[in-house]
Amino acid sequence: MLKTERYSEIHEPITKTPRPEVQNKFLVLAGIGAVAAWYLVYRQLPVLADWLTFAVLGLNQATHLGSSVQFLVFETPKVLMLLVLVVFGVGIVRSFFTPQHTRAVLAGKSESAGNLLAALLGVVTPFCSCSAVPLFIGFVTTGVPLGVTFSFLISAPMVNEVALVLLFGLFGWRVAAIYAGTGLLIAVIAGWVIGRLKMERFVESWVYATQLGDSEAADQELSWSERVRLGREAVRDIVGKVWPYVIAGIAVGAGIHGYVPENFMASIMGKGAWWSVPLAVLIGVPMYSNAAGIVPVVQALLGKGAALGTVLAFMMSVIGLSLPETIILRKVLRLPLIAVFVGVVAVGILMVGYVFNLIM
Amino acid sequence: MLNITVYGPGCAKCKEAERRVRHVVEASAMEANITKATNPVDMAKAGILATPAIAINGVIKVSGRVPNEDDIKVWINESLVRTTVEK
Repeated sequence: MLKTERYSEIHEPITKTPRPEVQNKFLVLAGIGAVAAWYLVYRQLPVLADWLTFAVLGLNQATHLGSSVQFLVFETPKVLMLLVLVVFGVGIVRSFFTPQHTRAVLAGKSESAGNLLAALLGVVTPFCSCSAVPLFIGFVTTGVPLGVTFSFLISAPMVNEVALVLLFGLFGWRVAAIYAGTGLLIAVIAGWVIGRLKMERFVESWVYATQLGDSEAADQELSWSERVRLGREAVRDIVGKVWPYVIAGIAVGAGIHGYVPENFMASIMGKGAWWSVPLAVLIGVPMYSNAAGIVPVVQALLGKGAALGTVLAFMMSVIGLSLPETIILRKVLRLPLIAVFVGVVAVGILMVGYVFNLIM
Repeated sequence: MLNITVYGPGCAKCKEAERRVRHVVEASAMEANITKATNPVDMAKAGILATPAIAINGVIKVSGRVPNEDDIKVWINESLVRTTVEK
């Protein structure tokens, strides 16, 4: 009943909430308070996990079961809390970027500089692979070079906030930074290569002939409270979707943690096995999983002696190259270009794998 | 009468956007023609780069996010005022 009353006001003039500056001050205070509370809880997690595992459940730290349960009880809230914080932050950052702005920045840019810029913007511009086709058409018909468009399309899914949070939370900032850095590098180089190969003729011919409409109306200025709302919605959408995978993944990790002997993986995924990197990519490309599902498994692999480069290559090929996106892109790209796209990215991932196995 | 188009290939967010539009329209008891555009080529032609997107009488109101129902109400209201003025 209340709802119908609310909607019956539809013809009433809309009154804006007064004094946005007061509202912004309140938002800043609430934000500081929330981050402080978050940090306090986060700091206490190891103590809480130990207490729950050993005092409440009465398990012994020396047993496999004890160490598995402690791992699960500690990692689950830790990863979920990191996820909430970062997804919220990224949601707010992304509210400052739109594909329209990104396109305006990239249009007419020369290659190289354009590839780098596109890869960086791919990280912060909101993008969902289901709009890959309209985005592709909108980019290439307004003067964004083909290779630059690809740099954007490669970096957008690969350097993803969920992957970065999980890598940071489970392996520390160095691994997360390596992942982000090499992911960007692959996007820049693969896009540049596609541009050099002059693959425009393998774009479906009608694409360049498409007449675009005007989309300036979609460009609106958002208030801070709207940005916060977008951040909250991102948390609800993303964390709401990935949490079962996170827990399942950590549980798998916990199982391996307690029971599978150290260095179990070293013989099959260790540095010594040269074929392990291509094999990881071959297995990873057709696999499609969100970052959340794959990272804890990755942790278990690393913890048991798999080489970092091999594991990063596996993860990049699962997240960065996805079968559904390639199928969607088939609408606008002819097979040779799709093959080159997958091939170039896969070669980039292979090189990352080998380089890290060599230097780490 | 308003023509409302919801652009989206069928992902969860696009369905949610359509549901909210229908909800607002039904609750307000006004007449509107709601269509769903799922062809990505149509989206590109309309100038849309990110889905879900909503256009009212051909003017894109939002693109790349699911708006809340209050936003949709405001846009519908604006478009209604505009059509009355033009008449």
